[in-house]
Amino acid sequence: MTSDLGLSVDAQFTLRRRPNSEKFLDLGFRQLTLALASLVAIVLLAILVTVFQGSREAMASFGLRFIVTSAWDPVNEQYGAFVAIYGTLVTSILSLAIAVPLGVGTAIFITEDLIPARLRELIGLMVELLAAIPSVVLGLWAIFVMEPAIRPALELLHHLLGWTPFFATTPQGPGMAPAILILVVMVLPIITAIARDALNQVPIELRQGAYGVGTTRWGAIFAVILPAAISSIIGGVMLALGRAMGETMAVTMIIGNSLNFDLSLLAPGNTIASMLANQFGEADGIQVSALMYAALILMLLTFSVNVLAQWVVRRLSLKY
Amino acid sequence: MTSSMTSSGRESNTDTSLFDRRPLSFDPKLKRNRLNGLFTLISGLFATLAVLPLVLVLVYVLVQGGRLLSLRLFTELPPAPGLEGGGIGNAMLGTVLVTLIAALIAIPVGVAGGVYLSEYAGKSWFGQVVSFSNDVLAGVPSIISGVFVYGLIVATRVFFGQSYSAMAGGIALSVLMLPTVIKTTNEGLKLVPNELRLGAYGVGASRYVTITQIVIPAALTPISTGVVLAIARAAGETAPLIFTALFSAFWPEGIFNPIATMSVLIFNFAIMPYPAQNELAWAASFVLVMMILAANLLARWLSRLSKT
Repeated sequence: MTSDLGLSVDAQFTLRRRPNSEKFLDLGFRQLTLALASLVAIVLLAILVTVFQGSREAMASFGLRFIVTSAWDPVNEQYGAFVAIYGTLVTSILSLAIAVPLGVGTAIFITEDLIPARLRELIGLMVELLAAIPSVVLGLWAIFVMEPAIRPALELLHHLLGWTPFFATTPQGPGMAPAILILVVMVLPIITAIARDALNQVPIELRQGAYGVGTTRWGAIFAVILPAAISSIIGGVMLALGRAMGETMAVTMIIGNSLNFDLSLLAPGNTIASMLANQFGEADGIQVSALMYAALILMLLTFSVNVLAQWVVRRLSLKY
Repeated sequence: MTSSMTSSGRESNTDTSLFDRRPLSFDPKLKRNRLNGLFTLISGLFATLAVLPLVLVLVYVLVQGGRLLSLRLFTELPPAPGLEGGGIGNAMLGTVLVTLIAALIAIPVGVAGGVYLSEYAGKSWFGQVVSFSNDVLAGVPSIISGVFVYGLIVATRVFFGQSYSAMAGGIALSVLMLPTVIKTTNEGLKLVPNELRLGAYGVGASRYVTITQIVIPAALTPISTGVVLAIARAAGETAPLIFTALFSAFWPEGIFNPIATMSVLIFNFAIMPYPAQNELAWAASFVLVMMILAANLLARWLSRLSKT
C-alpha cells in the first residue's frame, strides 16, 4: 500500500486528537438544535393542553349536548355551539364544492399546452399571489365590493328557489352565501397549486400512451391523467378543507355572526372561528370556557381532516 | 415466401375491412372533437374566473387605498370616531414591531429545528415526532394560536402583570411562522449535495463547522425564501392578534402594552359606520398589500437566484 502510493505513512501524518473544546461545541450545537426542534412538539402539546384545560369547565356543565344545542345565552349561561359547528361545516364544504372544479380546471388549463408558456406562468403566478393577500383585506373587499355586487344574483336565487328552505330568506347584506364565496377565493390557490404539481408529476409516457391509442386531449385527461394524479389532488382538497374550516377574518367580516339557527344560506350565520374572533376578547367566566370548548372542537375537526389528507396521499397513490 | 404471398393478397382485397383507410384528417364535427373543444373552453373559463378575484381585489385596493396615500397617513394617529382625517402611523409601526418580535423568535427556532431534522434526526423516532408535530402545527387554524397565547400569556398576566401586549401578539404570530420556517429550512438543507458535507469532513472539519460554515451557506437562498414568505404571511395575519396584541389608538408604548397593527386596524375600522375609518381601512390595506406583494416577489426572485 505504502509503496504503491510512493509515500511512507509514518513520516507524513501525525494524528491529532480532536480537542475537548471542539467536541463540546459539536455536542452543544447538536443538543441546541434538538432542544429547539422539540419546541415544536412542546408548543403543539401546550396548545392542546391550554385549550383542553380552558374548556373543562364548559365540558363539565354542558357535556356533549354542547355540540347539538344551539342556545348561546350569556345571560342565563347556557351555551351550545350547534349553529357555529353547522356554519363551519356548511361554509367549508360548499365552498369546496365550488372551488374544486374551478381549481382543478385552472390547474389543467395551466399544465396543458393550450396557451403560450408565458401566459400559463402568468396565470400560475397570479393564483399564487392571490394566496398572499391577507384574509382581512379580502374581508374588507367582500364587505364593500363583493357583497353589494352579488346581491342582485342572490336576490334572483331567492326569487327562483325561495320555496326551498335553503334560499328562504331575502338576502340583506352579510350572510352565509357571501362567506362561502369569499372562502372559495381563499382556498382556490391551495387547490390550484397542489393540483398543478400533481398533474406535472404524471409521467409523460402515460400521456403518450393515451395519445398513441388515439384518444383526444380531454379523453387523455379524464381517463388517464386525472386518475393518475387523483390521490395528490384529493390530499390537496382535504388540506384546503382544513384551511377553510379554520379561516377566520374574511368569514367573520361577512357572515353576519348570527347566533340563531337558520337553514337558509342567504341568512346570516356563524362559524366557530368567527365566534372566537368576535367574543373571545370580551368574554368572561364560563363563556371563555365555552369558547375554549368550541376551539377544541375546531382543532379536532381540522386535525382529523389534515391527518386524513396525509393518509389519503400515502394510501391511495397509484403506482406506475 | 408463402407468408409474403398471403399478406400481400390480404392487403389488396381487405383494404377497408381490416384497416380504416380514410385519410388521416381532423374532423371538427365529430362528437369527440366537439367535446374536446367544449372542455378546453370550460377550463379556460375556470382559469379566468380564478384570476378574476386577484385582479378585482388589487384594483379596488389600489384605487380606494392609493387615493389616500399621503405623508399624513404615515405620521398621524387615527382620528376619534366621527372625526375626519388622521393617519395610520401607529399601526404601521405596530405591525413592524410585532412582526419583528415574531421573526426574532421563529427564525432561530425554526432554522435550528430544520437543521436538526435534516442533519441529525435521520429516521429516528424523535425526528418523526418533530416532523409530524410540525405538519399538525402548520394545519392549526390561526385563531387557535391566538386562543393559546391568550390562555398562556394574556389571561395569566405573566409579563409584569400586563395582559394584552405586543409581546403576546408577537409570540402568537411566531407560532404560525414556525412550521413554515422549519419546513423550508429542512427542504433547503436536503437539497445540499452530500458531497459537500463529505468534503468538509474529509478536510477535518467538525460537524458543527460543516453545518454552520458549509451546509447552511449553501442553502441560504431557499432558507431566506421561506423566511421572507413566513414574515409576509405573519404581517397580514389578524386572527391571532385580536385578543393578544389588541389595539391602541395611540403610539406604541413599549412591547408590554397593547399595540395597534394594520391588520387589526382594517378589521376594526371596516365594520365601523364612519366613512373616515372605512377609508383608513382601505389605506391600510393598500400599504399592507404592497408590502406583502413586494415580499412575495422578493422571495420569487431569491428562489430564481438559487436555480441559476
